[in-house]
Amino acid sequence: MPGRFGIFGGQYVPETVMNALAELEKEFNTAVADEKFMEEYRYYLREYAGRPTPLYFAENLTKKLCGARIYLKREDLNHTGAHKINNVLGQVLLAKRMGKRRVIAETGAGQHGVATATAAAMFGMECEIFMGKEDVRRQALNVFRMKLLGARVTSVDQGTGTLKDAVNEAMRHWVAHVDDTFYVMGSVVGPHPYPTMVRDFQRVIGDETRAQIMEKTGRLPDYIIACVGGGSNSMGIFYPFYEDKSVKLVGVEAGGMGLDSGQHAAKLTRGSIGVLHGMKTYVLQDDEGQIMPVYSISAGLDYPGVGPEHAFFKETGRAEYVYATDEEAVNAFITLTKTEGIIPALESAHAVAYAMKLAPKLSEEDIIVVNLSGRGDKDVEQIADLMGVKL
Amino acid sequence: MNRIDERLYSLQKTGQKALITFITAGDPDPETTGELVVAMERAGADIVELGIPYSDPLADGPVIQRASARALKAGIKITSVMDIVKSIRKTSDIPLVYLVYYNSVFRYGPERFIKEARDAGVDGLIIPDLPVEERREMADIVSSHGMHLIPLVAPTSHERIKNIVEGAGGFVYCISTKGVTGVREEIETDIKAYMEEVSRYTALPRALGFGISGPEMAKRFRDYCEGVIVGSAIVRLIEQGKDRRRMLSNVCEFVSLIKEVL
Repeated sequence: MPGRFGIFGGQYVPETVMNALAELEKEFNTAVADEKFMEEYRYYLREYAGRPTPLYFAENLTKKLCGARIYLKREDLNHTGAHKINNVLGQVLLAKRMGKRRVIAETGAGQHGVATATAAAMFGMECEIFMGKEDVRRQALNVFRMKLLGARVTSVDQGTGTLKDAVNEAMRHWVAHVDDTFYVMGSVVGPHPYPTMVRDFQRVIGDETRAQIMEKTGRLPDYIIACVGGGSNSMGIFYPFYEDKSVKLVGVEAGGMGLDSGQHAAKLTRGSIGVLHGMKTYVLQDDEGQIMPVYSISAGLDYPGVGPEHAFFKETGRAEYVYATDEEAVNAFITLTKTEGIIPALESAHAVAYAMKLAPKLSEEDIIVVNLSGRGDKDVEQIADLMGVKL
Repeated sequence: MNRIDERLYSLQKTGQKALITFITAGDPDPETTGELVVAMERAGADIVELGIPYSDPLADGPVIQRASARALKAGIKITSVMDIVKSIRKTSDIPLVYLVYYNSVFRYGPERFIKEARDAGVDGLIIPDLPVEERREMADIVSSHGMHLIPLVAPTSHERIKNIVEGAGGFVYCISTKGVTGVREEIETDIKAYMEEVSRYTALPRALGFGISGPEMAKRFRDYCEGVIVGSAIVRLIEQGKDRRRMLSNVCEFVSLIKEVL
C-alpha cells in the first residue's frame, strides 16, 4: 500500500489537508524524477550546506576504548550545524517549485527551525516556526538565531510545551493556511508522503557514508549507530544500507533518567502502536491512547512518536533499538569533546554513548560508524549549568 | 431506524433545520455533562455531539483544546464517557454522536469501543482524523453495529466528496472553512456554492459546522443546508460559567436563540 511501511504510516489527518498531501506527493514524485530539480538540490547541498561531510576516523576515541574502529560521519559540519539542512533544502526547493510563498516548521531543539529559517532567508520566503514554550526557554540561543534570520517564532504553551505540541500547532496552522503555506516537516514523521520524502532527502548521509567507508577500508561497516528522536538522521544513514544484511543498524533512543523512572523518550523500546501526527507508529501512550509526556535532556529527542519506517525496521528486526540515559549522553559528550576536540550535540551524544559501550566488546577488525548528527554549540550552556559553571 | 435518521427525517418533513450542538464530555465534570445534554435538548438541540477528551486534538482550536485538557485533568476516561451516555439514556432519546480522535478508538480496540458505545446508546461517530483513505476497517465495524460513521468534507475536498460520501449514513459534516474549530467573526467560504457542490454527490442531509458563532450566522446559512453545528461558542459559555446554575441557563438561552432561527 502506498504510504505504508508494513502496517505503519498512513494519513490520519483532517480532511482539509488531504488534497494538499496528494498535491505534495505528486509534486515530490515529479521533482525527484526531474534531473534539473535534483541537480539544483545537489548544487545547494554542495555549495551552500557544505557537502559531502567527512567520514572521520576517530583514532583517539578508538584507542581509548580498545576495541572496534570508530568512524564519525560529520553531519555537524553542515551549514547551520546539523543534518537538518539536507532535508530543508529539498523541501524548500519543492515549496518554491509549487509556488508557495511561505513556509512553516516545528522545532524542538531549534536545529530544524534554524535550518528552515536559513533556507527561507536565502530563498526569500516568509517563515514561521512553532516551538514549545519549554523548548523556547531551553534553547534561547537558537530562538534568537531564527529571529535574526527573519523568522517569526511562535511559542506554543499547549500541552507539555515541547516538540509534540509544536507539531500539533504547526499542523493546525497548516490546516488553516494550506493554500499559500508549505509545511516543512523536520523529521521522518507525519502523514504520508512526509516520512518517505524526508528520508529521501536525508539518504545523502548514508549514500556518502557507503562510498567513503569503501574508499577508506575497502568494505562495509559492521555497525551503524545513530540517535533516534523522530528518526531522520538515523533513517538517512540507515536506509542506503537496508539491503546489506551484514551491516547492523542500531538506533539509540533517549533513556532520560532511566526507563523505569517514567522520565524518558524511548518509544520503540517502551512504547506501543498508536496514531500520532497523522501516522501509525510506536508512541508513548497510556491505556486509553492519551499521549504521555516524555522527557530527555536533549530537546531534539524529546518526542513521544517516531518515524513509521523505524517502527517497520523494529518489527522486521532490520534495526535494533537501544537507549542511552541522560547521564551516559553527558558523559559521552564530555569524552568526545576531550578526546577528539569535537563537541557533539546532546542528541548525537546518545549515539556516541552507545558506541562507547559497544566498541570495547568488539575486536579491532570491526568497524563502527556513528552518525554525528549535529554539533553541540546549542547545548554548551546546558552543560555548563550541569557542571555548575556560570557563563 | 437509527435515531439520527429518524430525527433528521422528521425535521425535514416539517421544513425545519437541525441544530447539532457539541460539548466536551467531562467538562467541567461528568455529572454536569449529563445535565447539559438534557438541558440543551429541552432548549431545542436536535442532535448532541459529545467530544471524547484527547491529549492531542489536531482538528480543534484553543477553546475545545482547553475543554479537553480540563476534562482530562479531572480524570475522565473513555469508560466514564460511556457511563455518562448510559445515564443520559435513562431520561432522553436525543440522538448522540461521539466526536473522537482515532487513536482513542484504536488503542481502546475498535470492536470493543463500538460495541460499548452502541450498548450505551450512541448513534454515530465522528472521527476528525480518519479520512476516507483510512476508514475502511472502521466503517465496517460501525455499520455492522447499526451506527453511522459521519463523513466529513471540507471546502478543499471538491472531487474527493464523491468517495467520502459513498456508503455513508446519518449526515455529512460540512466543515465551513479551512482551519480548526473555533468561533469566527466571518466565514469566507461561498457556502451556497459549497453546499451545492456537496449535494451533487449525495442526498444525505448536510450539516454545516466550524466557526458558527451564534443565531445571526445560523440564520444566514440556514437556507443552504439541512443543519448547523455549534461547538466552540457553547464550550466557551461552559468555560466562562463560574456558577453552575447560571452556566446551564446561559447555555440553554443561547441554544434556544439559535433554534429559533432554524
